[in-house]
Amino acid sequence: MSVPTKMERRDFLKTGAAISGGLLLNLYVPDWAPARATQSASQPVALNAFVHIGSDDLVTVISNHSEMGQGIYTSLPMLIAEELEADWSKIRVQPAPVAAVYNHTVYGIQMTGGSTTTNSEYDRFRKMGAMARVMLISAAAQSWGVDAQSCRAEKGFVVHAASGRRASFGSLAEAAAKLEPPKDVALKDPKDFTIIGKSMQRLDTPSKTNGTAQFGLDVYIPGMLTAVVARSPVFGGKVSSFNGDKAKAVPGVVNVLEVPSGIAVIANGFWPAKLGREKLDIVWDEGPGGELSTVGMREQYAALSKNPGTVARKVGDPATALAGAAKTITAEYEVPYLSHSMMEPLNTVVDLHDDHCEIWTGTQFQTGDRAAAAGVAGLKPEQVELHTTLLGGGFGRRANPASDFVTEAVHVAKVAKAPVKVVWTREDDIRGGWYRPMWYDHFAAGLDANGNPVAWTHTIVGQSIFDGTMFAGFGIKDGVDAASVEGAADIIYGIPNIQVDLHSPKNEVPVQWWRSVGHSHTGFSVEAFLDEVAHAGGKDPYQLRRALLANQPRMLAVLDLAVEKAHWGGPLPQGHARGVATHFSFDSYVAQVAEVSVEKDGRVRVHRIVAAVDCGRTVNPDTVKAQLEGGIVFGLTAALKTEITLDKGRVQQRNFNDYPMVRMFESPQIEVYIVPSTEKPTGVGEPGVPPVAPAVANAIFAATGKRVRRLPIKSEDLRSA
Amino acid sequence: MISFTVNGKAVSVADPPSTPLLWVIRDSLKLTGTKYGCGMALCGACTVHIDGEAVRSCVAPVSRAEGKKITTIEGISPDLTHPLQQAWIEIDVPQCGYCQSGQIMSAAVLLAENPAPTDTDIDEAMSGNICRCGTYPRIRQAIHRAAEIKARGAK
Repeated sequence: MSVPTKMERRDFLKTGAAISGGLLLNLYVPDWAPARATQSASQPVALNAFVHIGSDDLVTVISNHSEMGQGIYTSLPMLIAEELEADWSKIRVQPAPVAAVYNHTVYGIQMTGGSTTTNSEYDRFRKMGAMARVMLISAAAQSWGVDAQSCRAEKGFVVHAASGRRASFGSLAEAAAKLEPPKDVALKDPKDFTIIGKSMQRLDTPSKTNGTAQFGLDVYIPGMLTAVVARSPVFGGKVSSFNGDKAKAVPGVVNVLEVPSGIAVIANGFWPAKLGREKLDIVWDEGPGGELSTVGMREQYAALSKNPGTVARKVGDPATALAGAAKTITAEYEVPYLSHSMMEPLNTVVDLHDDHCEIWTGTQFQTGDRAAAAGVAGLKPEQVELHTTLLGGGFGRRANPASDFVTEAVHVAKVAKAPVKVVWTREDDIRGGWYRPMWYDHFAAGLDANGNPVAWTHTIVGQSIFDGTMFAGFGIKDGVDAASVEGAADIIYGIPNIQVDLHSPKNEVPVQWWRSVGHSHTGFSVEAFLDEVAHAGGKDPYQLRRALLANQPRMLAVLDLAVEKAHWGGPLPQGHARGVATHFSFDSYVAQVAEVSVEKDGRVRVHRIVAAVDCGRTVNPDTVKAQLEGGIVFGLTAALKTEITLDKGRVQQRNFNDYPMVRMFESPQIEVYIVPSTEKPTGVGEPGVPPVAPAVANAIFAATGKRVRRLPIKSEDLRSA
Repeated sequence: MISFTVNGKAVSVADPPSTPLLWVIRDSLKLTGTKYGCGMALCGACTVHIDGEAVRSCVAPVSRAEGKKITTIEGISPDLTHPLQQAWIEIDVPQCGYCQSGQIMSAAVLLAENPAPTDTDIDEAMSGNICRCGTYPRIRQAIHRAAEIKARGAK
């Protein structure tokens, strides 16, 4: 396989210098802290924008994607190490600065999201590793006066077998960096892979077991103050007037200043800032957001769902097929607003000067955040240096289309006239909006005399995520927000007559992508309603899916594997039952089987989840399993626990007491099986989420005969006494 | 001034006595391994040891530390050799990693008190610690593994 190297050499070299120095030099590191993750002692040289090698032989891989738990600080280096023939023990990883060379290969901006990192970089990172290898070999061959063809690279050395000469990558790097990069490089045949496809231990794990892993909240720079911001209690509200005198009287509070999003209390640490905020007197101009209530919105959404919306997909003639069906069923499904609730609350450090600005934050959205920060600071994007820290969870929240938490911090730094860290409390996070939208679905299905579905209509009601963002042109086509109908308009079941349509009501609640986005809702509603169709037609839910997936061999294989491993139909303890669901998302195929029981008081116990996935070729199989495990627990929290509700415009939840997460004692036994594939890698961060809720809901029906059509599942609806 | 030891080192701090220990550890002592997650003792990310007992430092006033021995994640071993660290690395428990300091600090007290915990023991000891990434199955597996490592080392 030969891949042309399109990038100009200077394009991928020019960013090399910007990386030196890096994050750590700017930080105050206490003298008793354990050594930070080993950094290259010598100044590494850039063989290209992604591969830097020091004279100490350490290979630093520059990651243009953010590490938020998904393991890409290991899987991306694996791609380079494979082709570079590096010594894995010499591999280090460092976040990239913001530069066009680091843009996502599909999305064209620097960002991490959509479960696309491995897919975006699978070819490019291997190519960068191969190019660097060719240059190192050339440098060695030149210094030895031999033909490069007679040399090869192995485990961090270039070797000339005929003469027995060896030179380490580090000793060759400087000479290699001066060479012209090769025009074409041959990539390995996958059968020769020694790293890709092997479970490698994560490079970031040691630092995450001794406190040295550095998240945004852990950034301290000289002279830095800490701010918390009092934001409007209703969405879209503005400060009418305020008095900060009592806040300023709190010891440690330095200043109280207005910013566009509210009132910033600036102090010499988090605690005085928070105490000061509690003493603020603010009069808010609430605006129309003060009228919002979940009860009212449900009524509005339910009414809208009774009539078709803008058509997203139409196949055959569903109206005629429904009218002529032997049996017709209808049902309505609903899901609430959800907060991302990453364990690390949002935060950003800003050091603003007249002619430049430095920012440290855990972001998924470098290009947008830097541009937006520059706009607020009155600088050019190139004058803003954005350092990406580790992210204490992202789940989409840190790819904010309005760069909300970054621009707010720049506003605070502007008025504070000092380096400042803006910290969100947990309450700020849960009440801060940018939620997974609330959605309401109306379904109808027509069955023939044999119980097979011949018609399927699905009306979806929910706010558009893309509307009003810079991605509107990309995400909204013919009035249909693609994120609202994904997983519904593109269902892969062989039903001859289908219509999926959409209503996109607007209101003041800001909404955003949340791990698996639209699939987090359609996975539930489509797969639970399909279960209803199976039962209405007298069919086993697994067998009906098999029949409808006859032309989908990859999903069929995944479904069969999950069902086999879960012993579908096999004996179970008294009161236990199984449910199955499949879902295609982010170009990956997932099936899950849940085993549950329901207590007399209605409490649901999820005992076991068996998942199978086909995500193309796997780079780091253990990471794929970890992502599916994590997606399952994340999805279980949505299925069993969480909802954001509003009354008089106010969010009624505030912290983990009333926005509760699945905990250890509720975490089921989870098994993940990977279907081997030679296809290009596809998503794994999100596809584990959508099938959990329907698998559990379908198992609850099997156990109790009660159909769950609304999340989160409530024990009062399942009480048997 | 309030005086105590952190990871064996004597410190005196001038923070008001009601300041949560968490913010003294982070903002004053710049030991950033101990994390803020909720501020209400609901998530366990801030777990430290006071004289060997697991404490949610986000709700413990620093006055409670006077004269006590505080251990943070930075102090449980100098070189990643605590059995829990070995097991965490072997099993690759962390994802984002943010909650893991608190998970390890809670697990360390469990193992100190119960060298061979059952799944039920683990549920009881660890259910105060939230992991949004969903690493619970691996945490469970790693605690069992750490118990083995510790038992082998003790022989």
